Amino acid sequence: MASTLGNPTSLGNSAVSSPTAQAIYRRRRRGNTVLLSLSIGATIFGLAWLVLILGALLYQGFSGLSLAVFTEMTPPPGSSGGLLNAIWGSLIMTFGGVIIGTPVGILAGTYLSEYGRGNKLSTVVRFINDILLAAPSIVIGLFVYEVVVVRMGHFSAFAGMAALAILVIPVVVRTTEDMLNLVPNQLREAAAALGLPRSIMIRHVAYKAAMSGIVTGVLLAIARVSGETAPLLFTALNNQFWSADLNAPMSSLPVTIFQFALSPYPDWQKLAWTGALLITFTVLALNIVARAFLSPKAQK
Amino acid sequence: MTQTAMNTAGMAEKISIRNLKFFYGDNLALKTINLPLYEKKVTAFIGPSGCGKSTLLRVLNRMYDLYPRQHAEGEVMFDGQNVLDPNQDRNMLRARVGMVFQKPTPFPMSIYENIAFGIRLYENLSRSEMDGRVEAALTRGALWKEVKDKLNSSGLSLSGGQQQRLCIARTIAVRPEVVLLDEPCSALDPISTAKIEELIDELTTEYTIAIVTHNMQQAARVSDYTAFMYLGELIEFDETTKIFTSPSDKRTQDYITGRFG
Repeated sequence: MASTLGNPTSLGNSAVSSPTAQAIYRRRRRGNTVLLSLSIGATIFGLAWLVLILGALLYQGFSGLSLAVFTEMTPPPGSSGGLLNAIWGSLIMTFGGVIIGTPVGILAGTYLSEYGRGNKLSTVVRFINDILLAAPSIVIGLFVYEVVVVRMGHFSAFAGMAALAILVIPVVVRTTEDMLNLVPNQLREAAAALGLPRSIMIRHVAYKAAMSGIVTGVLLAIARVSGETAPLLFTALNNQFWSADLNAPMSSLPVTIFQFALSPYPDWQKLAWTGALLITFTVLALNIVARAFLSPKAQK
Repeated sequence: MTQTAMNTAGMAEKISIRNLKFFYGDNLALKTINLPLYEKKVTAFIGPSGCGKSTLLRVLNRMYDLYPRQHAEGEVMFDGQNVLDPNQDRNMLRARVGMVFQKPTPFPMSIYENIAFGIRLYENLSRSEMDGRVEAALTRGALWKEVKDKLNSSGLSLSGGQQQRLCIARTIAVRPEVVLLDEPCSALDPISTAKIEELIDELTTEYTIAIVTHNMQQAARVSDYTAFMYLGELIEFDETTKIFTSPSDKRTQDYITGRFG
């Protein structure tokens, strides 16, 4: 018998030296090889598309990148221009959405973790928040359209902010709650043992301990909403011109990309690629910053 | 409970526990405890795991209140007030009955702030007064020499033993009357343990101390009185020398000689 486990005599009566054991072992190794190949294949298949998409984005986007992109307005077809009003609109509306959504999210997450642990209300809130987290953004766009745009009678940047805020809230609620849950109970007890009221314990001890995680949640929420198209399409619509009026339609990168990419004009399509590149890099940068915040070094 | 005639003349009871029962949900964890804690003395609670020592400690500052489904019955008289009174202000109580835990729990802030934080809650001090209080607390906690040049670094950057001394300093900085120590040395090395035992010894000049410990030598070294608990009952309470030399109860004898537990 050709044993792969060394000299059969030295193994004596050990169970692994029996022919059955050898057969089982060989079968397991064959199974392992097959499944490993399948896993590697699946990974390559998935990664290949990502590489192709990023490659196309870099190739098409970089060639359109110029100073004009950041200094000029979106042009009419056939003339040159940039994306300034779209970049501006995206910044303003994302900022607005985050400013509205973050406090609501942090307060709700704090309730769930610090006050409502285990009670009925928090179970229900957590469940609804999870639904909101998974809701398609177009549904939220339609909701804000019905509630804000229809009542006001026109599209506006305010409506866009509202839609983005609704997208920000569940992300921040979730991360805030998770991060506060990671704060050891001993720390809460230690604060209570000094006679600290719970509100002070939360503000000065729990938030401090969970700070990096909560900031990360907010950054990830920004990354999430900065690429959203559907909710803005129904709320802020678009604007070919510079507009700082929050009560009027406002341009944004995703909607501009959507409009320009579907147009038949090559210069518009080029700008759409460039805009997509900008968003991708912004999201990438936000993710890197978020990781830096979560790194063990930043915790200290 | 067996208790031989103890010389308690002239000894003030800082805390008197009377007919105390404690429940985790429906589960009776402490079965009618009667026990005094004498002023400016160290009382050690010993007994096997799960006997209710820590539970008893956590009743004294109502720490159990943080959790639903835990409740206590009976009386815990602290300077004439019943701690278990539902109207008892828990934050005021905890400022007077400080607690140090098994695992060191420095707050995620600087060493200075760790101390100043609790003080600031109850007192309005100028910067220089606060500096003095922080220094006094750290000196009392036998930590000042080691940290005086890095008061602004994080409390988490200290070693385990230093963190625990920081926690003790933080507790006494708010000037409590009673200090509860819940196995304060079980996570520490022998040298840090020795330092903390020395510290406990010094603290008795000002504070009434209750310490839960698994380490019988430690109980014998640091305490004036020892309470032996078993399965939620107080088996024996007496002067520490008495408990460790001639206990009245067979179970106490068995436990301190290492026959069970």
